[in-house]
Amino acid sequence: MKVSIDADRCQGHGRCFNMAPDIFGFDDLGNGYVLGDGVLTSGTLDRARLAQANCPEHAISIEE
Amino acid sequence: MTTEAVKPPVEDFATDWDHTDPAWVADPYPIWEDLRQTCPVAHTERYGGGWFPATHEYVSEIANDTNHFTSRNVVVNNTRPDELDPPAPPAPIGVAPPISSDPPFHQIARRLILPAFAPGPVNALEPQIRALCQRLLDNMGDAEIVNGGSQYAQFIPPAVISKMLGFPEEDEDMFRHFVHIVLEGIDEPDLEVRKALFTPMEEYFTKQIEDHQANPRDDLTSYLLNVEVGGQKLQMEHIRGTMVLILVAGIDTTWSAIGASLWHLAKNPDDLARLVNEPELLPVAIEEFLRFYAPVTMARLVVDDYDFHGCPMKKDDWILLGFPAANRDPAAFKDADQFIIDREINRHAAFGLGIHRCAGSNLARLEMTIAIEEFIKRYPKFELADPESVTWAQGQVRGPRNLPIRILK
Repeated sequence: MKVSIDADRCQGHGRCFNMAPDIFGFDDLGNGYVLGDGVLTSGTLDRARLAQANCPEHAISIEE
Repeated sequence: MTTEAVKPPVEDFATDWDHTDPAWVADPYPIWEDLRQTCPVAHTERYGGGWFPATHEYVSEIANDTNHFTSRNVVVNNTRPDELDPPAPPAPIGVAPPISSDPPFHQIARRLILPAFAPGPVNALEPQIRALCQRLLDNMGDAEIVNGGSQYAQFIPPAVISKMLGFPEEDEDMFRHFVHIVLEGIDEPDLEVRKALFTPMEEYFTKQIEDHQANPRDDLTSYLLNVEVGGQKLQMEHIRGTMVLILVAGIDTTWSAIGASLWHLAKNPDDLARLVNEPELLPVAIEEFLRFYAPVTMARLVVDDYDFHGCPMKKDDWILLGFPAANRDPAAFKDADQFIIDREINRHAAFGLGIHRCAGSNLARLEMTIAIEEFIKRYPKFELADPESVTWAQGQVRGPRNLPIRILK
C-alpha cells in the first residue's frame, strides 16, 4: 500500500499535512507532498485514508 | 446613496436571485436547498445578468474551468470591467492579482505570495495572535454581556494583516471601512460616485507604498516592491492590486468565520460543552465551522456565450460561485444540513476549489483556532444575549457583525 499526491491537483488546502503530519509534509508554497517513500503500514493506513477522504481536490491516491 | 432601498424584493430566487436581498442575507440556506431541489442553477437579470449554481458538482465544475469562466472581476456589481474608465486591466493580470488573474499569469502572481502564507511563516505568528486574543478578552473583563463581533472577532484579522503588510496597526478602523466599500458598496449605481468611494483607499495605499519605498523593511509590502519576476520588478498596479487583495481578503473573511463559530457555540450549549471538555476536537470542529458557515462566495464572468448544462449563459454574465451552498449539498456531504462537531470526513470547499484556493487559508485556520480556543477557555459557558439583534454582513462575505453574548457563570 502506497500513498501519493497528484501535484497537478493539489492546491494547498493543507488538510493532509494538518491531519497526518507523519505521512504528509508541505513545501515552501504550502502544497502537500508525501514524506519518504509513501509506503503505508498498519499504523498509518487509516489516517492516510482519512486524509484522502478529506482532500477537497481529490489529489490523494492510495495504491492497493 | 445606494439603490438598496428601492430594489424590489425577490419573489422567486430561481429566476431573480439577489444575494443582497434581506431574505438571503438573513438565512440563505433554505433558499439554496430549495434551488438544489428545483433549479440547481438560478438566474437573475439583476447586476446585468448572472447565474448562481447551488450544487457542489456545478460549483466545482465552474471553479475548475478557467477557459469558460474568467476571474477578471470576482465581486458581483453593476459594472462590467470594460465599462470602467479606463477599463479594468485585462484578465491575465486584473485589478488584484492573483485573485483577478487567469492562467497563465495567475500562477506567476500566486507563487509570489504563497510562501508568505505557507504553514511555516504563518505558524510563527501564533504567539502574537494568542497574545492579541488574550488582550481582547482581558479588555472585556467581567462584563456580563460582551460583543463577540465588535469587541473580539473584528479586531483579530486586521491586526495580523496590517502587521504582515507593514501598515500601522492603529489604522485598522480604516481597513474595515475599505473592506466595507469593496464588498458591500456594490449597489452604488453611479460609476463616478462608486469611483469616488474608492479614492481614500487609493490614497492610503499610495502613502504606504511611498513610505515603504523610502524606508524598506521586512514585510510583504517591501517584498512586493522589490521582488523580481524574469529579472524585472513588478508593475506598480500589480503591487497595489495584490496589497488591496491581501487587505480585503484577509480581514472580514476570517472575522466572519470567527464570529459565526462563536454564534454557533452560543446557540448550541452541547457543542460548546463538548469543545470545552474535549479540546482535542478543535481541529475537526474548525473544519466543520468552515463547512457549515463558510463565509465566502466568489464571482466569475462568463468568457463567451456558453451552454452550461442547458443554461444559456451569455458573455459577461456573472457567476456567483456559492462555495457555502456547495458545502450544504447532500449529494456531497452526509447529513449536510446537520452541524456535526466531530465530523470525520469533511471535504468542504470553504476556501474555494481549483487554482484560486484561498491563499490565506493557513492563516485563517490559525486565527480561527486560537480565537475560539482562547474565548472558550476564558468563557466556558455563554449564550446569545439578544438573538434578534444579531446582524449579518450583506454581500459575498457572510458573518455576524453585531454579536451580543451573555457570559454565564
